[in-house]
Amino acid sequence: MIHDATNNMSWTKKHLLDIESLTAEEILTVLDTARGFKAVGERAIKKVPALRGKTVVNLFVEPSTRTRTSFELAATRLSADVINFTTEASSLKKGETLKDTARNLEALNAELIIIRHSASGAPHFLSRVLDAHVINAGDGAHEHPTQAFLDTFTIREKKGRIAGLNVTILGDILYSRVARSDIWALTKLGANVTLCGPATLVPKTFEQMGCRVTHDVAEAIRDADVINLLRIQHERQRKTMFPSIGEYTQQFGLTKARLAKTKPDAIIMHPGPINRGVEIDSEIADSSRSVILEQVTNGLAVRMAVLYLVNGGKSVANPAN
Amino acid sequence: MPEPTVILDSLAIQRALTRIAHEIAERNEASADVALVGIPVGGDQLAARLAKILAVIWNHPVPVGILDVTMHRDDLDQRVAPTVHPTDIPFDVNGKTIVLVDDVLFSGRTTRAAMDALNDFGRPKKIQLAVLVDRGHRDLPIKADFIGKNAPTALDEKISLLLTEAGAARDEVILKKK
Repeated sequence: MIHDATNNMSWTKKHLLDIESLTAEEILTVLDTARGFKAVGERAIKKVPALRGKTVVNLFVEPSTRTRTSFELAATRLSADVINFTTEASSLKKGETLKDTARNLEALNAELIIIRHSASGAPHFLSRVLDAHVINAGDGAHEHPTQAFLDTFTIREKKGRIAGLNVTILGDILYSRVARSDIWALTKLGANVTLCGPATLVPKTFEQMGCRVTHDVAEAIRDADVINLLRIQHERQRKTMFPSIGEYTQQFGLTKARLAKTKPDAIIMHPGPINRGVEIDSEIADSSRSVILEQVTNGLAVRMAVLYLVNGGKSVANPAN
Repeated sequence: MPEPTVILDSLAIQRALTRIAHEIAERNEASADVALVGIPVGGDQLAARLAKILAVIWNHPVPVGILDVTMHRDDLDQRVAPTVHPTDIPFDVNGKTIVLVDDVLFSGRTTRAAMDALNDFGRPKKIQLAVLVDRGHRDLPIKADFIGKNAPTALDEKISLLLTEAGAARDEVILKKK
């Protein structure tokens, strides 16, 4: 029988560009779908034919290993063909514009384009000039939507819910697209979000996004159910925003002494790559409180879910997208 | 909107499942080799009910699994992505006689997808098909081994199975115009 499954599905978007424009229901659809895909990864045969015959392009204009690998494996497990396109080996180096590069990829009949770019809004731009589905794999300091999905998926799996939880994001918020996407997703799903870090990296303006901003780390993590640490993004800082790495660790690093004063069941998250001994104590990163490697596993599941859902999305159903 | 017709009430569903269970038992003498695999939504709950009845007939527990066939569908690029349900096959399918359980047999495409999906878990000795309702209109050369009720339908009609496990007030199979 052909089940009419559309009544409990709420994904009609052709692209995944950001979390900001999604509803709580759409976010939950991705998380629910990812649950099914996570189970696929635990089987002997880890491949399903959902995207058989489709071509997926990894257009990574900004270097990335883990996100690209994760997307590549996700697409491969859905039986799609994958082309990896990186800056080092591309015509962008020869002066070709992003639009022309993408149009060339589309001329090869690529149906899904996953883009990572150092400029905010690059995926939105591509979605306007291409017929292919566009998935944002991180654009500048703007958003990194699949990271928000894997973080909320991990929290939901560990804590059984998201609404009402206290989630503290600690570190470089200003330059972090992960923080922005996480804040959107968590607040839409009803979590209480606290941001903490040096005043230069965690400006009060973030309160407009519906979260609390504090510069007192002890207070920020005391009642947290989830502590999400962010890496200091040296590459995105125009000038030094804090005196030294040592001082950052002393002031804001998650040390054993600080961890002792948190809820015993608070989980520690980090989008990676971690700087051991800087934002997180090395032993804490390997402890049972840390879910960092589970985040990586879940990243694969949510990316499979995103590719699967976006492939079924039609622009007609959602003209705004 | 025309009123929906009840084609199977709670008692009729119970009787149909009991009969199907006895037919499965009759067909499969090597009861220890039989496992049930339900296709969501609906088939998984029917499989669980059938397993209970079979356990009484055979006097031993019968393994039950859930098989989501969504990712093996052949129409994924023609529609909004359907809901993915968890798959849970807690036994080795190799060498087993697998009875696929679905609520309604219609085009046969779900059954084809299910046989494909099952392949990812191993090579069953046999695959049999049990359905609560066969409504006709096959697109593929597929037929059920065990049928609760044959219900001739028009293409613009829709059959829904309501079960108390899924929160319905009572068990029912209803037919309505789309």
